[in-house]
Amino acid sequence: MYTKKTLSNFTNPKNYGKLKNPDGVGKVGNVVCGDVMWLYIKVEDSKISDIGFETFGCVAAIATSSQITELAKGKTLKYAMDIKKDDIVKSLGGLPPVKIHCSILAVDALAEAIYDYLKKQKQPISADLEKKHERIKQEKEIIECKYKDWTDNQTRVTSNQ
Amino acid sequence: MANKKIYLDYAATTPVDPRVVKAMEPYFTEKFGNTASLHSFGVEAKEVLEKSRKVIADTIKAKASEIIFTGSATESNNLALKGVAFANPDKKHIIVSSVEHDCILTSASWLESRGYKLTLLKVDEYGMVKQKDVEQAITKDTLLVSVMHANNEIGTIQPITEIGKICKEKNVLFHTDAAQSFGKLPIDVNRMNIDLLTASAHKMYGPKGAAMLYVRTGVKIKPILHGGGHENGLRSSTVNVPAIVGFAKAAEICAAEYKKENERLIKLRDKLIKGALNKIPDVKLNGHPKLRLPNNINLRFKYIEGEAIIILLDAEGIAASTGSACSSPKLQASHVLLACGIPVGEAHGSLRISLGRWTTEKDVEVVLDKLPKVVKKLREISPFK
Repeated sequence: MYTKKTLSNFTNPKNYGKLKNPDGVGKVGNVVCGDVMWLYIKVEDSKISDIGFETFGCVAAIATSSQITELAKGKTLKYAMDIKKDDIVKSLGGLPPVKIHCSILAVDALAEAIYDYLKKQKQPISADLEKKHERIKQEKEIIECKYKDWTDNQTRVTSNQ
Repeated sequence: MANKKIYLDYAATTPVDPRVVKAMEPYFTEKFGNTASLHSFGVEAKEVLEKSRKVIADTIKAKASEIIFTGSATESNNLALKGVAFANPDKKHIIVSSVEHDCILTSASWLESRGYKLTLLKVDEYGMVKQKDVEQAITKDTLLVSVMHANNEIGTIQPITEIGKICKEKNVLFHTDAAQSFGKLPIDVNRMNIDLLTASAHKMYGPKGAAMLYVRTGVKIKPILHGGGHENGLRSSTVNVPAIVGFAKAAEICAAEYKKENERLIKLRDKLIKGALNKIPDVKLNGHPKLRLPNNINLRFKYIEGEAIIILLDAEGIAASTGSACSSPKLQASHVLLACGIPVGEAHGSLRISLGRWTTEKDVEVVLDKLPKVVKKLREISPFK
């Protein structure tokens, strides 16, 4: 199901753990879906000088977290913002279709960390990044809403008829 | 690194016992006849089929004529629900528990989509159905109650004797899916008032591709497979004689050995549960502490996810399973754990370890050594800790 590269990324993840005094933090995902990714960045001269992640989730979630930190480390913010989910999937040699959402989560986590950094620094935020931030925020709300429906369904199940 | 692979997923499937393989062998090559043929090859196949039917019937105190061989437990469960529904169109209400296997739940909801009324029975924190709830759910229109004997994920053993009694009193048919318990727990279809029962060979050291549905004499049922009229017209298909011979041999072995084997497995099971609870922080047992299958262990670990545990354990040479279906589309933690009222986040972090005939004390010790390390490693990666 998983490629060798995905499995080795998972069993030996790079850059995991919280960073001390991060310049930006991105928190995405939802425990209901079984995936939560927190990504930390340190920035020097518009470059990501250090990066770390903490992930609750499956093999793909941890492997893609590790992979995006590898792809972004030492790179400029502009370059990092251009990393696409397909870049992660390709660099892992592919992901099972049901796990593609993990690569999206990783890209979103990085975008959110950069957004957080720029916001704190009072630096200009591109329209694209602003749009992305809004979408991520909205998706979080949708999932929470979905989850609410779903728990209501569960109540129906447990209420006998 | 691990030098020997340890298989602890016997609830998914078991290896075939070498004694079973030996019993099956002649039926692939020399005694390969079709049970429907009139010549001596056919007669020989028919004879062993009927002999096997009798062996299996005896283990649950049924009559041979009440056993229908099928290809899988899924098929048996489909036949039980749909076949009974098709044959009894006057009643339109079906009751199943909310912790049934997917093949019961989806068959039941398919019937619901065809105009049946469906009641899903709630369960308590251990996944146990309450007999009172069954009693209350039954109406004049109720055709069938289906509650599994033992749960495939958490091992909880349901009070099927009590449920059978209620069904008999209320004149409602009672089906039980015994895929996980057949050959492991004693079953007496008369004492337990069971009208229909599902069992499968590959869960009890027989081959894949052989299963059965017990149907009490007098219960009206229609086939879902039409054709040459095999199995008394209830399951047309060329009979899989070698697999059925293996099924019977496996049932015979289990009947002779299960008492002693259960004592052994319960010791190993409890050692593993106790060890894990002692050695690992923030872990809980899923399912009932006592009323559970002798070979089932199901633990949930806070802050981490089940699939990740499985793959790290596999890298250590230990094959187990998860209750959490992370590989299925989002928002699908195990329906069994959720029905027990376990929070979604915690349900995602569940691990099922199922022991079996070749599990040793050494295997349990290896798990107790490796599992805490795996959990610790994943928690280091997790943002919640």
